[in-house]
Amino acid sequence: MQLTQRSKNVVKKEMTFLERIYLPAIAKGMWTTLKHFFRKSNTVSYPKEQREFAPVYRGWHVLKRDEQGRENCTACGLCAVACPAEAITMEAAERERGEEHLYREEKYAAVYEINMLRCIFCGLCEEACPKEAIFLTDRIVPSDYARQYFVFGKDMLVEGVEPDKRVDVTVRQKHITEKNTQPA
Amino acid sequence: MAKVTIDGQTIEVADGTTILNAARQIGGELVPPAMCYYSSLKGSGGKCRTCLVRVTKGSEKDPRPMPKLVASCQTMVMDGMEVASKSDSTVTEARAAVTEFLLINHPLDCPICDQAGECHLQDLAFEHGKSSTRYEFERRTFEKIDIGPYIKLHMTRCIMCFRCVFVANQLTEQRVHGIINRGDHAEISTYIEKAIDNDFSGNVIDVCPVGALTDRTFRFKSRVWFLNPMDVHRDCENEKCSGKAVAWMYGGEIYRVTARKDKYGEVHEFICNTCRFEKKDKSDWVIEGARDLDRHSVISQNHYEHGELTVR
Repeated sequence: MQLTQRSKNVVKKEMTFLERIYLPAIAKGMWTTLKHFFRKSNTVSYPKEQREFAPVYRGWHVLKRDEQGRENCTACGLCAVACPAEAITMEAAERERGEEHLYREEKYAAVYEINMLRCIFCGLCEEACPKEAIFLTDRIVPSDYARQYFVFGKDMLVEGVEPDKRVDVTVRQKHITEKNTQPA
Repeated sequence: MAKVTIDGQTIEVADGTTILNAARQIGGELVPPAMCYYSSLKGSGGKCRTCLVRVTKGSEKDPRPMPKLVASCQTMVMDGMEVASKSDSTVTEARAAVTEFLLINHPLDCPICDQAGECHLQDLAFEHGKSSTRYEFERRTFEKIDIGPYIKLHMTRCIMCFRCVFVANQLTEQRVHGIINRGDHAEISTYIEKAIDNDFSGNVIDVCPVGALTDRTFRFKSRVWFLNPMDVHRDCENEKCSGKAVAWMYGGEIYRVTARKDKYGEVHEFICNTCRFEKKDKSDWVIEGARDLDRHSVISQNHYEHGELTVR
Protein backbone atom coordinates (compact mmCIF):
# COMPACT_ATOMS: atom_id res chain seq x y z
CA MET A 1 0.00 0.00 0.00
CA GLN A 2 1.35 3.38 -0.98
CA LEU A 3 0.95 5.96 1.79
CA THR A 4 2.40 9.03 0.03
CA GLN A 5 3.26 10.12 -3.46
CA ARG A 6 6.86 10.62 -2.49
CA SER A 7 7.75 7.17 -1.29
CA LYS A 8 10.23 5.38 -3.48
CA ASN A 9 10.90 1.74 -3.84
CA VAL A 10 14.48 0.94 -2.87
CA VAL A 11 16.36 -0.70 -5.65
CA LYS A 12 19.32 -2.72 -4.41
CA LYS A 13 21.29 -3.01 -7.56
CA GLU A 14 24.88 -4.15 -7.54
CA MET A 15 27.58 -1.41 -7.41
CA THR A 16 29.87 -0.88 -10.35
CA PHE A 17 33.66 -1.32 -10.14
CA LEU A 18 34.29 2.46 -9.68
CA GLU A 19 31.73 2.65 -6.97
CA ARG A 20 33.16 -0.33 -5.25
CA ILE A 21 36.70 1.14 -4.87
CA TYR A 22 35.16 4.33 -3.28
CA LEU A 23 38.06 6.54 -4.40
CA PRO A 24 36.15 8.86 -6.77
CA ALA A 25 33.55 9.50 -4.05
CA ILE A 26 36.27 10.30 -1.51
CA ALA A 27 37.97 12.69 -3.94
CA LYS A 28 34.66 14.39 -4.60
CA GLY A 29 34.05 14.87 -0.86
CA MET A 30 37.55 16.14 -0.26
CA TRP A 31 37.11 18.67 -3.06
CA THR A 32 34.05 20.10 -1.29
CA THR A 33 36.01 20.37 1.95
CA LEU A 34 38.96 21.95 0.18
CA LYS A 35 36.77 24.66 -1.35
CA HIS A 36 35.83 25.92 2.15
CA PHE A 37 39.47 26.75 2.96
CA PHE A 38 39.37 29.60 0.50
CA ARG A 39 35.96 30.98 1.46
CA LYS A 40 35.45 34.09 3.67
CA SER A 41 34.94 33.05 7.29
CA ASN A 42 31.49 33.50 8.85
CA THR A 43 32.71 33.92 12.42
CA VAL A 44 34.79 36.58 14.16
CA SER A 45 37.17 36.02 17.01
CA TYR A 46 35.28 37.85 19.78
CA PRO A 47 36.33 39.82 21.89
CA LYS A 48 39.46 40.75 19.86
CA GLU A 49 37.26 41.47 16.94
CA GLN A 50 33.72 42.86 17.26
CA ARG A 51 30.90 43.02 14.83
CA GLU A 52 29.27 46.29 13.94
CA PHE A 53 25.94 46.87 15.68
CA ALA A 54 22.78 47.71 13.80
CA PRO A 55 21.57 51.25 14.52
CA VAL A 56 18.42 49.81 16.08
CA TYR A 57 20.39 47.69 18.55
CA ARG A 58 19.17 48.29 22.10
CA GLY A 59 21.51 47.42 24.95
CA TRP A 60 22.73 48.87 28.25
CA HIS A 61 21.00 52.16 29.05
CA VAL A 62 22.82 55.43 29.55
CA LEU A 63 21.62 58.53 31.37
CA LYS A 64 23.00 61.43 29.39
CA ARG A 65 24.54 64.67 30.51
CA ASP A 66 24.39 67.86 28.47
CA GLU A 67 27.43 69.65 26.99
CA GLN A 68 28.11 71.34 30.31
CA GLY A 69 28.11 68.04 32.16
CA ARG A 70 24.75 68.47 33.88
CA GLU A 71 22.41 65.51 34.15
CA ASN A 72 19.49 65.72 31.77
CA CYS A 73 17.12 63.55 33.81
CA THR A 74 14.54 65.41 35.88
CA ALA A 75 12.89 62.31 37.35
CA CYS A 76 9.59 63.02 35.61
CA GLY A 77 8.66 59.35 35.79
CA LEU A 78 7.50 59.03 32.19
CA CYS A 79 10.00 56.25 31.45
CA ALA A 80 8.78 54.32 34.47
CA VAL A 81 5.13 54.66 33.48
CA ALA A 82 5.91 53.73 29.88
CA CYS A 83 7.96 50.70 30.88
CA PRO A 84 5.94 47.54 30.13
CA ALA A 85 8.20 45.44 32.35
CA GLU A 86 8.08 47.90 35.26
CA ALA A 87 11.82 47.78 35.52
CA ILE A 88 12.41 51.44 36.34
CA THR A 89 12.07 53.08 39.74
CA MET A 90 13.17 56.53 40.80
CA GLU A 91 13.14 59.04 43.58
CA ALA A 92 13.26 62.74 42.91
CA ALA A 93 14.97 65.48 44.85
CA GLU A 94 15.09 69.24 44.60
CA ARG A 95 18.26 70.86 43.36
CA GLU A 96 19.94 72.89 46.06
CA ARG A 97 21.67 76.18 45.53
CA GLY A 98 25.20 75.53 44.28
CA GLU A 99 24.27 72.32 42.47
CA GLU A 100 23.43 74.04 39.20
CA HIS A 101 26.51 72.56 37.53
CA LEU A 102 25.33 69.02 38.36
CA TYR A 103 21.69 69.01 37.31
CA ARG A 104 20.07 70.83 34.45
CA GLU A 105 16.63 71.40 35.98
CA GLU A 106 15.42 72.26 39.45
CA LYS A 107 14.42 68.66 40.06
CA TYR A 108 16.67 65.67 39.57
CA ALA A 109 16.69 61.93 40.13
CA ALA A 110 18.34 61.22 43.47
CA VAL A 111 17.80 57.50 42.94
CA TYR A 112 17.33 55.96 39.52
CA GLU A 113 17.29 52.22 39.20
CA ILE A 114 16.72 49.87 36.30
CA ASN A 115 16.31 46.20 37.03
CA MET A 116 18.19 44.70 34.11
CA LEU A 117 16.62 41.30 34.69
CA ARG A 118 13.17 42.79 34.25
CA CYS A 119 14.10 45.04 31.35
CA ILE A 120 13.06 43.71 27.96
CA PHE A 121 15.08 46.33 26.04
CA CYS A 122 12.05 47.55 24.13
CA GLY A 123 13.18 51.17 24.05
CA LEU A 124 9.86 52.68 25.15
CA CYS A 125 11.65 54.61 27.92
CA GLU A 126 13.76 56.56 25.47
CA GLU A 127 10.73 57.27 23.33
CA ALA A 128 8.83 58.58 26.37
CA CYS A 129 11.70 60.71 27.67
CA PRO A 130 10.93 64.42 27.18
CA LYS A 131 14.45 65.51 28.12
CA GLU A 132 16.57 63.25 25.89
CA ALA A 133 18.05 61.82 29.05
CA ILE A 134 17.82 58.06 28.62
CA PHE A 135 19.10 56.12 25.65
CA LEU A 136 19.72 52.48 24.94
CA THR A 137 23.24 52.03 23.68
CA ASP A 138 25.16 49.38 21.77
CA ARG A 139 26.94 48.26 24.92
CA ILE A 140 26.18 44.73 26.09
CA VAL A 141 25.00 44.35 29.68
CA PRO A 142 27.79 42.54 31.56
CA SER A 143 27.01 39.14 32.96
CA ASP A 144 27.28 38.33 36.65
CA TYR A 145 26.78 35.54 39.14
CA ALA A 146 24.14 37.01 41.48
CA ARG A 147 20.80 38.63 40.85
CA GLN A 148 21.34 41.64 43.09
CA TYR A 149 24.04 43.04 40.81
CA PHE A 150 21.55 43.50 38.01
CA VAL A 151 19.69 46.36 39.65
CA PHE A 152 21.64 49.16 38.02
CA GLY A 153 21.75 52.41 39.94
CA LYS A 154 22.94 55.79 38.83
CA ASP A 155 26.58 54.69 39.16
CA MET A 156 26.04 52.19 36.35
CA LEU A 157 23.76 54.33 34.21
CA VAL A 158 24.93 57.96 34.22
CA GLU A 159 27.74 58.68 31.80
CA GLY A 160 30.95 60.35 32.96
CA VAL A 161 31.63 64.06 32.72
CA GLU A 162 35.04 63.68 31.04
CA PRO A 163 34.98 63.68 27.23
CA ASP A 164 36.46 60.17 27.01
CA LYS A 165 33.82 58.79 29.35
CA ARG A 166 30.90 60.11 27.35
CA VAL A 167 28.70 57.60 25.55
CA ASP A 168 28.01 58.41 21.93
CA VAL A 169 24.31 58.10 21.12
CA THR A 170 24.05 60.26 18.00
CA VAL A 171 22.85 57.43 15.78
CA ARG A 172 20.25 56.36 18.30
CA GLN A 173 19.22 59.95 18.93
CA LYS A 174 18.60 60.49 15.23
CA HIS A 175 16.59 57.29 15.09
CA ILE A 176 14.40 58.40 18.03
CA THR A 177 13.80 61.92 16.73
CA GLU A 178 12.77 60.53 13.37
CA LYS A 179 10.40 58.12 15.10
CA ASN A 180 8.90 60.78 17.36
CA THR A 181 8.41 63.39 14.66
CA GLN A 182 6.57 61.03 12.35
CA PRO A 183 3.05 62.28 11.74
CA ALA A 184 0.54 60.14 13.58
CA MET B 1 -37.96 74.11 32.17
CA ALA B 2 -36.06 74.66 28.96
CA LYS B 3 -35.39 72.22 26.20
CA VAL B 4 -31.90 72.49 24.79
CA THR B 5 -30.15 70.52 22.06
CA ILE B 6 -26.39 70.18 22.29
CA ASP B 7 -24.59 68.42 19.44
CA GLY B 8 -27.87 66.76 18.47
CA GLN B 9 -28.69 65.52 21.96
CA THR B 10 -31.74 67.01 23.58
CA ILE B 11 -32.20 67.49 27.30
CA GLU B 12 -34.67 69.34 29.45
CA VAL B 13 -33.07 71.45 32.15
CA ALA B 14 -34.24 73.97 34.73
CA ASP B 15 -34.42 77.62 33.73
CA GLY B 16 -31.27 79.52 34.50
CA THR B 17 -28.98 76.57 33.85
CA THR B 18 -25.89 77.44 31.86
CA ILE B 19 -25.09 75.66 28.62
CA LEU B 20 -22.03 74.11 30.27
CA ASN B 21 -24.06 72.61 33.08
CA ALA B 22 -26.70 71.37 30.64
CA ALA B 23 -23.90 69.70 28.64
CA ARG B 24 -22.56 68.14 31.82
CA GLN B 25 -25.99 66.72 32.52
CA ILE B 26 -25.83 64.97 29.15
CA GLY B 27 -22.19 64.04 29.63
CA GLY B 28 -19.77 62.51 27.18
CA GLU B 29 -17.54 64.16 24.64
CA LEU B 30 -19.74 67.16 24.01
CA VAL B 31 -18.98 68.66 27.43
CA PRO B 32 -16.90 71.78 26.81
CA PRO B 33 -13.59 71.97 28.67
CA ALA B 34 -13.47 74.52 31.49
CA MET B 35 -10.34 76.01 32.96
CA CYS B 36 -11.78 78.78 35.12
CA TYR B 37 -15.40 77.81 35.82
CA TYR B 38 -15.83 75.95 39.11
CA SER B 39 -19.33 74.92 40.04
CA SER B 40 -18.79 75.13 43.79
CA LEU B 41 -17.36 78.66 43.66
CA LYS B 42 -19.76 81.55 43.16
CA GLY B 43 -18.83 84.01 40.46
CA SER B 44 -16.24 81.82 38.78
CA GLY B 45 -16.11 81.40 35.03
CA GLY B 46 -16.02 83.55 31.95
CA LYS B 47 -12.29 84.22 31.98
CA CYS B 48 -10.44 81.48 30.17
CA ARG B 49 -12.68 81.15 27.07
CA THR B 50 -11.95 77.45 26.61
CA CYS B 51 -15.62 76.54 26.97
CA LEU B 52 -16.67 78.42 23.82
CA VAL B 53 -19.63 76.96 21.95
CA ARG B 54 -21.68 78.04 18.95
CA VAL B 55 -25.37 78.75 19.45
CA THR B 56 -26.92 77.86 16.10
CA LYS B 57 -30.47 78.65 17.20
CA GLY B 58 -31.11 81.20 19.93
CA SER B 59 -34.46 79.95 21.18
CA GLU B 60 -37.90 78.85 20.03
CA LYS B 61 -39.18 82.43 19.98
CA ASP B 62 -36.11 83.99 18.41
CA PRO B 63 -34.44 81.34 16.27
CA ARG B 64 -31.60 83.60 15.05
CA PRO B 65 -28.14 82.19 15.81
CA MET B 66 -25.90 84.11 18.17
CA PRO B 67 -23.43 86.16 16.10
CA LYS B 68 -20.31 85.08 17.98
CA LEU B 69 -19.14 82.05 19.87
CA VAL B 70 -20.28 82.28 23.47
CA ALA B 71 -18.72 81.15 26.73
CA SER B 72 -20.93 78.25 27.72
CA CYS B 73 -20.24 78.63 31.43
CA GLN B 74 -21.83 82.08 31.43
CA THR B 75 -24.64 81.72 28.89
CA MET B 76 -28.02 80.55 30.16
CA VAL B 77 -30.07 78.12 28.13
CA MET B 78 -33.28 79.21 26.44
CA ASP B 79 -36.17 76.98 25.48
CA GLY B 80 -35.51 75.44 22.08
CA MET B 81 -31.88 76.50 21.98
CA GLU B 82 -29.56 74.55 19.71
CA VAL B 83 -25.88 74.45 20.51
CA ALA B 84 -22.93 73.07 18.59
CA SER B 85 -20.01 72.04 20.76
CA LYS B 86 -17.37 69.56 19.68
CA SER B 87 -19.14 68.75 16.43
CA ASP B 88 -18.51 72.24 15.04
CA SER B 89 -15.16 72.95 13.43
CA THR B 90 -15.28 76.67 14.28
CA VAL B 91 -15.64 75.73 17.96
CA THR B 92 -12.71 73.33 17.94
CA GLU B 93 -10.63 75.87 16.03
CA ALA B 94 -11.49 78.55 18.57
CA ARG B 95 -10.60 76.25 21.43
CA ALA B 96 -7.29 75.44 19.77
CA ALA B 97 -6.62 79.17 19.46
CA VAL B 98 -7.50 79.77 23.11
CA THR B 99 -5.21 76.91 24.10
CA GLU B 100 -2.42 78.51 22.10
CA PHE B 101 -2.98 81.78 23.94
CA LEU B 102 -2.99 80.06 27.33
CA LEU B 103 0.27 78.36 26.47
CA ILE B 104 2.03 81.53 25.29
CA ASN B 105 3.51 82.24 28.69
CA HIS B 106 3.26 78.76 30.13
CA PRO B 107 6.73 77.32 30.78
CA LEU B 108 5.76 73.77 29.73
CA ASP B 109 7.85 72.33 32.52
CA CYS B 110 5.54 69.34 32.94
CA PRO B 111 8.45 66.95 33.65
CA ILE B 112 9.16 68.95 36.80
CA CYS B 113 5.67 70.08 37.72
CA ASP B 114 3.89 68.21 40.51
CA GLN B 115 0.52 68.78 38.82
CA ALA B 116 1.49 66.73 35.76
CA GLY B 117 -0.94 63.89 35.25
CA GLU B 118 -3.87 65.70 36.83
CA CYS B 119 -3.41 69.05 35.12
CA HIS B 120 -6.34 70.45 33.16
CA LEU B 121 -4.11 72.52 30.95
CA GLN B 122 -2.18 69.38 30.05
CA ASP B 123 -5.42 67.64 29.06
CA LEU B 124 -6.56 70.68 27.12
CA ALA B 125 -3.24 70.97 25.29
CA PHE B 126 -3.27 67.27 24.55
CA GLU B 127 -6.65 67.59 22.89
CA HIS B 128 -6.40 70.98 21.24
CA GLY B 129 -2.79 72.08 21.41
CA LYS B 130 -0.24 72.42 18.64
CA SER B 131 3.03 70.55 18.80
CA SER B 132 5.09 73.72 18.51
CA THR B 133 4.76 77.36 19.43
CA ARG B 134 4.55 80.36 17.11
CA TYR B 135 5.53 82.74 19.87
CA GLU B 136 8.92 84.32 19.30
CA PHE B 137 9.28 86.58 22.31
CA GLU B 138 10.62 85.82 25.71
CA ARG B 139 8.15 84.20 28.07
CA ARG B 140 6.88 86.02 31.12
CA THR B 141 8.74 84.67 34.15
CA PHE B 142 8.45 85.14 37.88
CA GLU B 143 10.36 84.03 40.91
CA LYS B 144 8.88 81.13 42.85
CA ILE B 145 7.17 82.21 46.03
CA ASP B 146 6.51 80.25 49.20
CA ILE B 147 3.06 81.26 50.38
CA GLY B 148 3.31 80.08 53.94
CA PRO B 149 4.80 76.77 55.01
CA TYR B 150 2.45 74.66 52.91
CA ILE B 151 1.87 76.27 49.54
CA LYS B 152 4.25 77.07 46.73
CA LEU B 153 3.32 79.56 44.04
CA HIS B 154 4.79 79.18 40.56
CA MET B 155 3.48 82.32 38.98
CA THR B 156 4.98 81.40 35.58
CA ARG B 157 2.53 78.52 35.30
CA CYS B 158 -0.56 80.56 36.24
CA ILE B 159 -3.30 81.05 33.64
CA MET B 160 -5.21 83.71 35.60
CA CYS B 161 -8.39 81.75 36.24
CA PHE B 162 -9.08 83.53 39.56
CA ARG B 163 -10.30 80.29 41.14
CA CYS B 164 -7.92 80.58 44.10
CA VAL B 165 -9.09 84.12 44.76
CA PHE B 166 -12.69 82.90 44.88
CA VAL B 167 -11.66 80.15 47.29
CA ALA B 168 -9.97 82.67 49.51
CA ASN B 169 -13.02 84.93 49.37
CA GLN B 170 -15.64 82.30 49.92
CA LEU B 171 -13.99 79.70 52.16
CA THR B 172 -11.45 81.51 54.27
CA GLU B 173 -12.26 84.31 56.63
CA GLN B 174 -9.61 86.78 55.69
CA ARG B 175 -8.25 86.87 52.22
CA VAL B 176 -4.64 87.87 52.12
CA HIS B 177 -3.94 87.09 48.52
CA GLY B 178 -5.32 88.37 45.29
CA ILE B 179 -4.39 89.59 41.87
CA ILE B 180 -2.22 92.65 41.46
CA ASN B 181 -1.30 94.62 38.32
CA ARG B 182 -3.15 94.46 35.05
CA GLY B 183 -3.13 92.68 31.72
CA ASP B 184 0.08 90.90 30.89
CA HIS B 185 1.62 91.97 34.19
CA ALA B 186 -1.18 90.56 36.31
CA GLU B 187 -0.03 88.15 38.97
CA ILE B 188 -1.34 86.29 41.98
CA SER B 189 0.30 87.74 45.03
CA THR B 190 -0.03 88.07 48.75
CA TYR B 191 0.17 91.27 50.68
CA ILE B 192 3.98 91.64 50.92
CA GLU B 193 4.27 87.88 50.54
CA LYS B 194 2.40 87.43 53.76
CA ALA B 195 1.85 83.85 54.71
CA ILE B 196 -1.63 82.47 54.34
CA ASP B 197 -2.40 80.91 57.70
CA ASN B 198 -6.09 80.34 57.29
CA ASP B 199 -7.66 76.96 57.99
CA PHE B 200 -8.93 76.47 54.45
CA SER B 201 -6.13 78.04 52.44
CA GLY B 202 -4.93 74.62 51.29
CA ASN B 203 -7.93 74.33 49.01
CA VAL B 204 -6.34 76.75 46.57
CA ILE B 205 -4.08 73.84 45.62
CA ASP B 206 -7.03 71.68 44.63
CA VAL B 207 -8.88 74.33 42.68
CA CYS B 208 -5.82 75.43 40.71
CA PRO B 209 -6.29 73.94 37.22
CA VAL B 210 -2.54 74.10 36.54
CA GLY B 211 0.53 73.63 38.71
CA ALA B 212 0.74 77.23 39.85
CA LEU B 213 -0.27 76.45 43.41
CA THR B 214 1.21 73.21 44.68
CA ASP B 215 1.59 71.40 47.95
CA ARG B 216 4.97 72.08 49.55
CA THR B 217 4.70 68.97 51.72
CA PHE B 218 4.41 66.89 48.53
CA ARG B 219 6.93 68.85 46.48
CA PHE B 220 8.88 66.51 44.16
CA LYS B 221 8.07 63.55 46.38
CA SER B 222 6.49 61.39 43.73
CA ARG B 223 4.43 61.49 40.58
CA VAL B 224 0.67 61.08 40.70
CA TRP B 225 0.73 57.96 38.56
CA PHE B 226 3.02 56.15 40.98
CA LEU B 227 0.54 56.61 43.81
CA ASN B 228 -2.64 54.79 44.75
CA PRO B 229 -5.47 57.22 45.45
CA MET B 230 -7.67 55.97 48.29
CA ASP B 231 -10.97 57.34 49.52
CA VAL B 232 -10.51 58.10 53.19
CA HIS B 233 -12.39 59.98 55.89
CA ARG B 234 -11.95 61.10 59.47
CA ASP B 235 -13.88 63.04 62.08
CA CYS B 236 -12.47 66.49 61.80
CA GLU B 237 -12.79 68.89 64.72
CA ASN B 238 -13.33 71.73 62.30
CA GLU B 239 -17.05 72.18 61.65
CA LYS B 240 -16.65 73.46 58.12
CA CYS B 241 -14.34 70.62 57.12
CA SER B 242 -16.06 67.63 55.50
CA GLY B 243 -13.35 65.20 56.62
CA LYS B 244 -13.72 63.33 53.33
CA ALA B 245 -10.52 63.19 51.41
CA VAL B 246 -8.32 61.22 49.04
CA ALA B 247 -5.09 59.83 50.43
CA TRP B 248 -2.45 59.32 47.77
CA MET B 249 -0.59 56.30 49.01
CA TYR B 250 2.62 54.57 48.12
CA GLY B 251 2.69 51.23 49.86
CA GLY B 252 1.46 51.94 53.36
CA GLU B 253 2.59 55.52 53.35
CA ILE B 254 0.41 58.56 52.71
CA TYR B 255 2.31 60.92 50.43
CA ARG B 256 -0.35 63.60 50.22
CA VAL B 257 -3.97 64.29 51.01
CA THR B 258 -6.35 66.09 48.67
CA ALA B 259 -10.06 66.74 48.61
CA ARG B 260 -12.26 64.52 46.46
CA LYS B 261 -12.58 65.77 42.92
CA ASP B 262 -15.43 64.79 40.66
CA LYS B 263 -14.91 63.84 37.02
CA TYR B 264 -14.69 67.48 36.00
CA GLY B 265 -11.95 68.03 38.56
CA GLU B 266 -14.17 69.97 40.93
CA VAL B 267 -14.25 69.70 44.70
CA HIS B 268 -17.62 69.96 46.40
CA GLU B 269 -16.61 69.11 49.95
CA PHE B 270 -13.61 71.14 50.98
CA ILE B 271 -11.17 70.00 53.63
CA CYS B 272 -9.20 71.96 56.21
CA ASN B 273 -5.46 72.42 56.38
CA THR B 274 -5.07 70.07 59.34
CA CYS B 275 -6.54 67.20 57.34
CA ARG B 276 -4.57 68.11 54.25
CA PHE B 277 -1.12 68.81 55.58
CA GLU B 278 -0.78 67.32 59.02
CA LYS B 279 -2.61 64.01 58.94
CA LYS B 280 -0.20 61.93 56.92
CA ASP B 281 -0.28 58.82 59.01
CA LYS B 282 -2.38 55.84 57.99
CA SER B 283 -3.84 55.60 61.51
CA ASP B 284 -5.34 59.10 61.19
CA TRP B 285 -7.75 58.01 58.52
CA VAL B 286 -10.45 55.43 57.94
CA ILE B 287 -9.71 53.92 54.55
CA GLU B 288 -12.80 53.24 52.46
CA GLY B 289 -11.12 51.71 49.44
CA ALA B 290 -9.38 52.46 46.19
CA ARG B 291 -10.71 55.40 44.29
CA ASP B 292 -12.34 54.61 41.01
CA LEU B 293 -10.28 56.10 38.23
CA ASP B 294 -10.93 56.61 34.59
CA ARG B 295 -9.37 53.70 32.74
CA HIS B 296 -7.66 56.09 30.36
CA SER B 297 -6.25 58.34 33.04
CA VAL B 298 -2.48 58.26 33.41
CA ILE B 299 -3.00 57.90 37.16
CA SER B 300 -4.52 54.46 36.66
CA GLN B 301 -1.53 53.23 34.63
CA ASN B 302 0.03 50.10 36.12
CA HIS B 303 -2.60 49.90 38.87
CA TYR B 304 -4.13 46.51 38.55
CA GLU B 305 -6.38 46.63 41.59
CA HIS B 306 -9.15 48.92 40.30
CA GLY B 307 -11.80 49.33 42.92
CA GLU B 308 -11.49 46.13 44.86
CA LEU B 309 -8.19 46.72 46.65
CA THR B 310 -8.52 46.95 50.41
CA VAL B 311 -5.77 48.08 52.71
CA ARG B 312 -5.56 46.59 56.17
